[in-house]
Amino acid sequence: MTEQLTIAMPKGRIFEEAAELLRTAGYTLPPEFDDSRKLIIDVAEENFRFILSKPMDVATYVEHGVADLGIAGKDVLLEEERDVYELLDLKISPCYLAVAGLPGTKMNDVAPKVATKYPKVAEAFFREQGEQVEIIKLNGSIELAPLIGLSDRIVDIVSTGRTLKENGLVEFETITPITSRLIVNPVSYRMKDERISAMVNALSKVI
Amino acid sequence: MSRLFMFEKPLGMRDSLPDIYETKQHVRSALEGEIRQWGYQFIGTPTLEYYETVGTASAILDQQLFKLLDREGHTLVLRPDMTAPIARVAASKLLKDDLPFRLAYSANVFRAQQREGGRPAEFEQVGVECIGDGTVSADGEMIALAISSLKEAGLKDFQLSVGNAGFVRELFLQILGTEERVQELTRFLYEKNYVGYREHVKSLPLSSIDSQRLLAFLELRGGPEVIGRALDLVENEEGKEAVLQLERLWEIITDYGAASHIKFDLTLVSHMSYYTGILFEIYSGKVGFPIGNGGRYDGLLQKFGKSTSATGFAFRLDRLIEALGELDETVPVSCILFSAERRKEACLLANKQRTSGQRVVLQDISGVKNIDACTSKYNDVTFLVGKAGKEPDHD
Repeated sequence: MTEQLTIAMPKGRIFEEAAELLRTAGYTLPPEFDDSRKLIIDVAEENFRFILSKPMDVATYVEHGVADLGIAGKDVLLEEERDVYELLDLKISPCYLAVAGLPGTKMNDVAPKVATKYPKVAEAFFREQGEQVEIIKLNGSIELAPLIGLSDRIVDIVSTGRTLKENGLVEFETITPITSRLIVNPVSYRMKDERISAMVNALSKVI
Repeated sequence: MSRLFMFEKPLGMRDSLPDIYETKQHVRSALEGEIRQWGYQFIGTPTLEYYETVGTASAILDQQLFKLLDREGHTLVLRPDMTAPIARVAASKLLKDDLPFRLAYSANVFRAQQREGGRPAEFEQVGVECIGDGTVSADGEMIALAISSLKEAGLKDFQLSVGNAGFVRELFLQILGTEERVQELTRFLYEKNYVGYREHVKSLPLSSIDSQRLLAFLELRGGPEVIGRALDLVENEEGKEAVLQLERLWEIITDYGAASHIKFDLTLVSHMSYYTGILFEIYSGKVGFPIGNGGRYDGLLQKFGKSTSATGFAFRLDRLIEALGELDETVPVSCILFSAERRKEACLLANKQRTSGQRVVLQDISGVKNIDACTSKYNDVTFLVGKAGKEPDHD
């Protein structure tokens, strides 16, 4: 009997894409995970346990070792700076972090305001540009902020750019490209190294 | 700032209630006993040190230090580890003759929390330092003693990953050429960002052979077979010597009969090049964080004015206890409930039981409001109440 691997995954599209990737890599997973309300899904064939969490929380579960592995967006890793191994770029769910705002507007000279779900990333980005900004943390619908006068700019994930367009916003700068990464708890990386190395090898052949 | 409730403690500070206190005591004495048997002498150092001396010499990041000011305006730190204070004592007081010095400690250390709970800001470390011995034998002794102490504490499921910071340095320096580039690449290792490491290597103007060597480096994990693969990657003498150190280490650990607990992981590094040679981390399957770590830090003593080599390790008592799981170590405590007229009899009985090693509570019955709650709290209750001369009633 092999040791169980606990894998933290974001709910939704990334989960489906990651599951497909694991199937292609030769793992036997059920063709469909239908009961979407379950938070813990066991796959007996492979002795996997999937934990379904909010994307922002995946790295937290892995850092504390309650999950051995996780699939997390690079955006989450940049923002959360968790002590985990980032082993593979799975190249799924590509998108990028960008600065956006209303067309033709300039940032306020005295107190430029930036609304974002990613306060650390945003602050670091503007600081490197030689600019001190005031960060306003929002949890969603970031596009609203410039429309109703809460901020001059937003920092957010852009995948197709449609949401920005439909709300009359334009991109000013790209911060960094984002894809999903395979992350591993440092202790699991040592204590379950054979199973984890096998997975890394199998996945890297199909990416 | 919101008003504090009277039950609140600063972030990361924890109480040790009787059960956990007892467990800690038990595990600590098992570790200390083994460490003493290897001839190490325990010492204590102050909780407060100067920021300029111990604070900056320590391996702990600046933002994790608790700082305060003394009356002269000097910045003080709550000691974030014990290695730097011991280096200070050793360099200034102890190292008189050129003999290896073996010191040990159990002490609380302090590391401020950055963002959230789940990690204590004050915790106990039990550790050793072997100062003035630069041989691989001393490195081997650290690992063997760590393993032996853990066994003594009752831990079965654990593993040590062993690397060599000197090897990483030599390999990188030889391929990359400059100190700046070495630090840049080492940073990816320290941050555990292998995706970034690979991208960075591919972006460097290197021959494809050199790129390959740097990428193959990430695979240097496993049993003694890793040594051969590591030897193939380095070309200069210093690099080869660093690998041969690991080969000798493997032989030494085998001589100690402890090789089944160690694996090599040459990607193991520390920040700010604190560790200079062989280094290791200790893991247990039940805990998500390392339960201890150690290594050779030949540069530290020099900061305190004495250039000599040193190596050591420390266990984190809180994580080790978590790894040990439920310890059924509750020692029975009995209670003698007495009334005033039979106090003398009660004292004599208590004395007798205590002399034989039992834990005995002597309680005046008029101070107890709820007798049932009192009797259920103790393993054994003797009533010495009422008229003298009656046989004691056992509950």
